[in-house]
Amino acid sequence: MAPLLDVDSLAVTLPGPRGPLPILHDVSLTVDEGELVGIAGESGCGKSLTAQTLLGLLPAGARITGTARFAGTDLLGLDNRGWQRIRGAGIAMVFQDPTAALHPMLTVGRQLTEHMRVHLRLDRRSATRRAVELLDQVRIPDPEQALRAYPHQFSGGMRQRAAIAIALAARPRLLIADEPTTALDVTVQAGILALLDRLRAETGLAVAFITHDLGVLSALTSRGYVFYAGRVVETGPTGSLLTAPTHPYTAALLGARPHGTQAVGTLRPIPGAPPAPGEAPAGCPFQPRCRYAEPACGTAPPPLAPAAADRSVACVVRPHLEVTAR
Amino acid sequence: MTMIAPDPVAPDPKVDRALTRRRWLGRLRGGSAGRPVWRQPIAVVALAILGGWLLVAILAPLVAPYDPLAQSADTYAAPSATHWFGTDSLGRDIFSRVVHGARLSIPLALAIVSLALLVGGLLGLVAGYLGRFADEALMRLTDLVFAFPQIILAMAVTAAFGPNTRNAVLALVIVSWPVYARVIRSAVLSMRGDDYLNAARLLGVGPVRALRRDVLPNSIGPAIVLATLELGNAVLLLAALSFLGLGPRPPAAEWGSMVALGSQDLSMWWVSVFPGLAILTVVMAFNVLGDALRDRLDPRYAKGR
Amino acid sequence: MTGLLDISDVEVEYRSRGRGRVLAVAGVSLDVAAGQIVGLVGESGCGKSSLARVAVGLTPPSAGAVRFAGQPVTPLGWRRRPDTEIGLQMVFQNPYASLNPRRTIGAQLLDGVPATVTGAARRDRVRELLDRVGMPNTAAERYPHQFSGGQRQRLAIARALAPQPRMIIADEPVTALDASSQAQVVNLLVGLVRDLDMGMLFISHDLALVHEIADATAVMYLGRIVESAPTRELWRNPRHPYTRALIDAVPRIGPTPRLPATLAGEVPDPANAPTGCRFRPRCPHAFAPCGDQPPTLDLGGRSAACWLNDPTSAPATVPAN
Repeated sequence: MAPLLDVDSLAVTLPGPRGPLPILHDVSLTVDEGELVGIAGESGCGKSLTAQTLLGLLPAGARITGTARFAGTDLLGLDNRGWQRIRGAGIAMVFQDPTAALHPMLTVGRQLTEHMRVHLRLDRRSATRRAVELLDQVRIPDPEQALRAYPHQFSGGMRQRAAIAIALAARPRLLIADEPTTALDVTVQAGILALLDRLRAETGLAVAFITHDLGVLSALTSRGYVFYAGRVVETGPTGSLLTAPTHPYTAALLGARPHGTQAVGTLRPIPGAPPAPGEAPAGCPFQPRCRYAEPACGTAPPPLAPAAADRSVACVVRPHLEVTAR
Repeated sequence: MTMIAPDPVAPDPKVDRALTRRRWLGRLRGGSAGRPVWRQPIAVVALAILGGWLLVAILAPLVAPYDPLAQSADTYAAPSATHWFGTDSLGRDIFSRVVHGARLSIPLALAIVSLALLVGGLLGLVAGYLGRFADEALMRLTDLVFAFPQIILAMAVTAAFGPNTRNAVLALVIVSWPVYARVIRSAVLSMRGDDYLNAARLLGVGPVRALRRDVLPNSIGPAIVLATLELGNAVLLLAALSFLGLGPRPPAAEWGSMVALGSQDLSMWWVSVFPGLAILTVVMAFNVLGDALRDRLDPRYAKGR
Repeated sequence: MTGLLDISDVEVEYRSRGRGRVLAVAGVSLDVAAGQIVGLVGESGCGKSSLARVAVGLTPPSAGAVRFAGQPVTPLGWRRRPDTEIGLQMVFQNPYASLNPRRTIGAQLLDGVPATVTGAARRDRVRELLDRVGMPNTAAERYPHQFSGGQRQRLAIARALAPQPRMIIADEPVTALDASSQAQVVNLLVGLVRDLDMGMLFISHDLALVHEIADATAVMYLGRIVESAPTRELWRNPRHPYTRALIDAVPRIGPTPRLPATLAGEVPDPANAPTGCRFRPRCPHAFAPCGDQPPTLDLGGRSAACWLNDPTSAPATVPAN
């Protein structure tokens, strides 16, 4: 069966003040129906831009190469009308800041039903009925009451739930969640993660979850991609990816995060900072910060090549990495 | 319902609105996005007009063909080769009077605006920084001034102190400082939560030094833009006071009183029209420049951001 | 024992339009000794930042007192901060707002260099400070916008170090930073505290991070400290159900996806905090005694405010580990 979303060799270049800036290089990823896929990396690594590409939200002047197919549709060949159809009813998105996605002057109910009346051509009565169902589905207590509420009357977690309900209004098959829990407290985050997992299990919704938190990646997703400087540097089933990483960057990210288990020690920071777009070194983009770098790393960016079981890694050295499972 | 204490979690480091808000000095120099003032065609025209007026004011004795106060028997002469703008009821050359008027109107307008900026700025700074009682007192005081039409209040003040140039300037400062006070106050209020001020105070920087070095430079931008816009208004108000006989006293060549003189008999149109045109060009030039500065300095009006 | 920083029975009250009095901090006591890192953990709205601002003297408490090195910390008003308090410094959450965008880094560092240091020595001091935080000397002549978030936070730390403080209050110092700069800044702070024998109150919403660096941890919920203990003890054997919930909500890395445990309900509005134990409506173990506010029970080197720890009222079912 073909994957729901199939991105192959995607490259994106954005116009910059001093000439074009390459942002994404050779990104390939797939999401199956009903699958929870994680995309991890630091800010500026291209993970959010990948999402924007898949929703046709790139700024004017962006140059895109490669292919991106969603349920048989070639996304990169769509015109405005085509994008309108895909957004909402095909691919929907939730963001880090739910207040940005919610209109402050309209009730939650209005924002929900508007979507459905446009995309699903429902009349007012059935739209309201479905809105109540949706709010119930995202576990907002007292949905009838919530329909009449304005976004500012909700807490951060409830706002994110409302934003998810709105994203789901037109029955999308893929939800792209861009750091949806980053601004939330851990206990609230736990609730949102459980919600997304339940939606996947109950409705077959596919979710691409973008995060910088490897713990979230591990807790929620079954397959993950690690981005660095606009490239996928490692991918595989999340469990093995994070307990036995083969790319030095994945391992370094793991070392830089608090363990949260028995072992108390110091964090091991990654020296330096990720390269800005257009300033990546020749060869492997991680090489200047990598403890295992060899002369071979400086020649060309290593391609993502198959490694052990369902895993791929973009590293020519493939050092033996000491990682304690966290 | 729950966001209560100042306890925000994880602001997006990428969204650096605070930074763009405060880059106006850099923008003035042509640093980042947007065009510098001197690249906006209409602003260039305004700058040229003001530059021209400045030259005229400086070189007035050389530019003016006649003594602006010299009377002659040639009263109400229509514009001609000898009197380009004609003469008034006392036979004074209107062109020479308009030229000399620039020496009066422009410096006086600058004086009014800078004094008002100084007074209003200081009060706004202190009120915004101190808050509470000082702030409340200042705001009610500005309300009091705002409650009257500017020109009526200015008239009352001048009439009370005695009609002369100094008192006219004073009156106009009194009616125009509150707007600077309010602008600076709100700028201070919006930055008072910024922690660099707290950090400096915690290091033992005294309040006056903190006001001067941390608060003022980060709050004065909008007031400077406003001042430019208000320069035109000051010229206009001063002209109005003179028109009413409350400004610079005759026979001084002041544009407003010159317009007043001509308004008695409109068949001698040149007596009012030429000083009126002088006022119009200066006011419009200042306004255009103020707008351009605002576009440049205030990101709320900037394009594309 | 009283520490270098001694917060006792502090309350912070806001008057808010339409909601009346809001008690953001409802009686908190906390000690930090020299050379000690105390973590203060809580979720947004729990009052931890309000407490930090009171502790450093930025806002006055509505009740209670803060002492630094034995002297009362006086709220900063329209006056210069007394020299005795300058040894108590703060690192703020957002490095984009805590450095003046219009002044050079050097000028801002000099703000904190004592007036007793004069002439060329002042410049040397700036260089030392930049060295300490791993920034080049050239940073002194540059402006904040020329640096990344992580670099700015290091510069802000250098500024806090300028008066050679004995105690630092760090309010969510890495929350606004990226994963790799987070670790850099945390390690820098911890290293400085250890090298210079300072005390540090490290405030964070991230229990896992605090667990990594703090000697002792206090957990705050809705304006109160519900549990405090040596960090490892707290993590290994939490004695308050809220602490347990916080630990269980941290997403873990493991061979198979496992969702973190969820906690029922939401943090209530402090304007109408529940009576009795404030955690009661969300607590899986709530029982009859919870209608009364639990006292902070001394549990031998640690304490918790939960009736489950009171042998006279508890049904002997302390939350299982």
